[in-house]
Amino acid sequence: MGFDFVYLIEVVVGGLLSGVMYSLVAIGFVLIYKSSGIFNFAQGTMLLFASLTFVKMTENGIGFWTALFIASGIMVIVGVATEKFVMRPLANQDLLALFMATVGLATFQEGFAQFMWDSDVHGLQMNKFIDISLLDSNPIFISDYIPWLDLLIPRFDIFASLVAGTLIVVLAFFFQKTNTGMALRAVSDDHMAAMAVGIPLQKVWAIVWAVTGIIALVSGLLWAERVSVSFTLIEAVMKALPVILIGGLTSIPGAIIGGLVIGVGEKLGEIYLADLFGGQGIELWFAYFMALMFLVVRPQGMFGEKLIERV
Amino acid sequence: MIYRETGNFVTNYLKDRDIFSMTFDKVVVILGLLYLFLWVPTTSEYFLSAHVIPILAVGLATVGLNILTGLTGQLSLGTAGFMCVGAFGTYNLMLRVPDGLMSLPVALLLSGIAAGFVGVVFGLPAIRIKGFYLLVSTLAAQYFVWWFFNSYAWFLNYESSGVVAIAPKFYDYWGLGNLLGVDMQGYPARYLLALTICIGLSYFAKNLLRSNTGRNFMSVRDRDIAASVMGISVPRAKLLAFFISCFYCGVAGGIYSFLYIGNVDLMIYGVDRSFTILFMLIIGGLGSISGSWLGAIFVYEFPIIFTFIGDFIFQGAFNTAVVENVSNMVYGIFIIALLIREPGGFAALWGTTKQKLRMWPYPH
Repeated sequence: MGFDFVYLIEVVVGGLLSGVMYSLVAIGFVLIYKSSGIFNFAQGTMLLFASLTFVKMTENGIGFWTALFIASGIMVIVGVATEKFVMRPLANQDLLALFMATVGLATFQEGFAQFMWDSDVHGLQMNKFIDISLLDSNPIFISDYIPWLDLLIPRFDIFASLVAGTLIVVLAFFFQKTNTGMALRAVSDDHMAAMAVGIPLQKVWAIVWAVTGIIALVSGLLWAERVSVSFTLIEAVMKALPVILIGGLTSIPGAIIGGLVIGVGEKLGEIYLADLFGGQGIELWFAYFMALMFLVVRPQGMFGEKLIERV
Repeated sequence: MIYRETGNFVTNYLKDRDIFSMTFDKVVVILGLLYLFLWVPTTSEYFLSAHVIPILAVGLATVGLNILTGLTGQLSLGTAGFMCVGAFGTYNLMLRVPDGLMSLPVALLLSGIAAGFVGVVFGLPAIRIKGFYLLVSTLAAQYFVWWFFNSYAWFLNYESSGVVAIAPKFYDYWGLGNLLGVDMQGYPARYLLALTICIGLSYFAKNLLRSNTGRNFMSVRDRDIAASVMGISVPRAKLLAFFISCFYCGVAGGIYSFLYIGNVDLMIYGVDRSFTILFMLIIGGLGSISGSWLGAIFVYEFPIIFTFIGDFIFQGAFNTAVVENVSNMVYGIFIIALLIREPGGFAALWGTTKQKLRMWPYPH
């Protein structure tokens, strides 16, 4: 049996594309950790809440763009409210207490999202809203099959990574070129110094939470297309955890590359290593295992800040 | 006026190190133990099986996690995985060791030790990885253990349904039941076994806290570099903490499966259970054994009582999904509020109450 090279490429590309999805969730994590040192476990329920809100609106006949706009508005409100009512009173507390507060927040949002809307499983078909016939006219993307590369790649995955890529570029622009972005970077660098030069810390935190809310909406919609809008969306968090840890908790490029590495590694592991372990489903723990191996070699992750420890 | 140190004189060094320094405390503890051992077993089977025994099991796991997270400062989300090792270990020991050689208490202990070693393996990365990064190791443990028992049917004795009921003969205790004429499979007997183990291990944990080893753990938690400068072997302390903690979790898993639900089921050892136990720990208060128990009782009973009250007030006007969602909301708010008001959890609340009682009625 010869080694199927085309298949390998398909697997790698598929891994990269699903890695993009992990990266998106991971970026939401990293933003908050970087700016306020909070390990935000509620990211998964924010995904659920955002996509549920969106789906319920479209099911009630609101157009795609209007729904997207309103949902982002709601997510901004949720983000700002979280900062104001949960994180601000907890400022300067133990990291573990902050982490548990976000787990509490996740429990609350889980109940709230399903209480406000419902706990049914909703299908979400993006192509109902987005005209991908544009892609049809393009000879490269007539179907999932790409003839000139002789590869089979789902079109939606490509679309998802385009969206994710755009979002990342927009974020990068926001961080590098705007005044608010500069303030954000200053805060993440050093709280005290940022405050000393007159940057309103709490306003910056509110902005970070709002931005995270919007990221949650975008990544929630992309994830929902794959796994439907339901309780399972929360598990996106568990998928993103090894990604952020591999990338280093404080680095956005780390989250992106970490996502790609985990995505590819997971797919390759499932296909080429599953036989070794005599069973399927190794993707359940393989990502964690990879992250573990990586962290043992490099404990601060790929781009994490190197710890300099003094007594 | 009763809660006073007056008249309790410390006359020797041993007395100075008493766990309960006040006569009042001692009396309360002895009465409490009498109540737990003599009166509770005579209450209804339902109360024992649905409330008391599960609390004993998860509470013991909380105490175990407390040793790792509260005492040594190593955050773990693999608790349910280690409980799973304990449950499956107990089952296989009971199943595969010839009849008459193995008895449930021994099997619980041995599978606890097995879980401890599994814990040490997944604790090894803790020597290098610190803080939140360690989550990856414990989560790897959680998912790997789950997958492992799911994939290798041998451990479930090739039971195709994935759940195996525990045979009545496993509750034999070397024929002790026949000897005493007691139904050893009944809930009172199960309860007494669980209670004895839990009190014994809690006592051990409490003493560990006050021992040299416990102080080493705490110094690793507070500042590991400083600890190593002082000559404490940090890797050794961390691995020992992993071992002891996972031992507790393993025993707790065995109790949960054998003395509470009566079957070995993989589904109940998912990652959400690890989170529940972490909640119990945080709500109870890090580093306090009695706090862990209070937290376990609270977290376990909260949804039950909430649903009960909801049913009572609204008479089933809402369906269960709504009640569950509202329960989640209230619970989430409560946790956040508690963390804001009193990050030390119930243990800290109890500490302030005790102080106030001592001072009462003159608060200064």
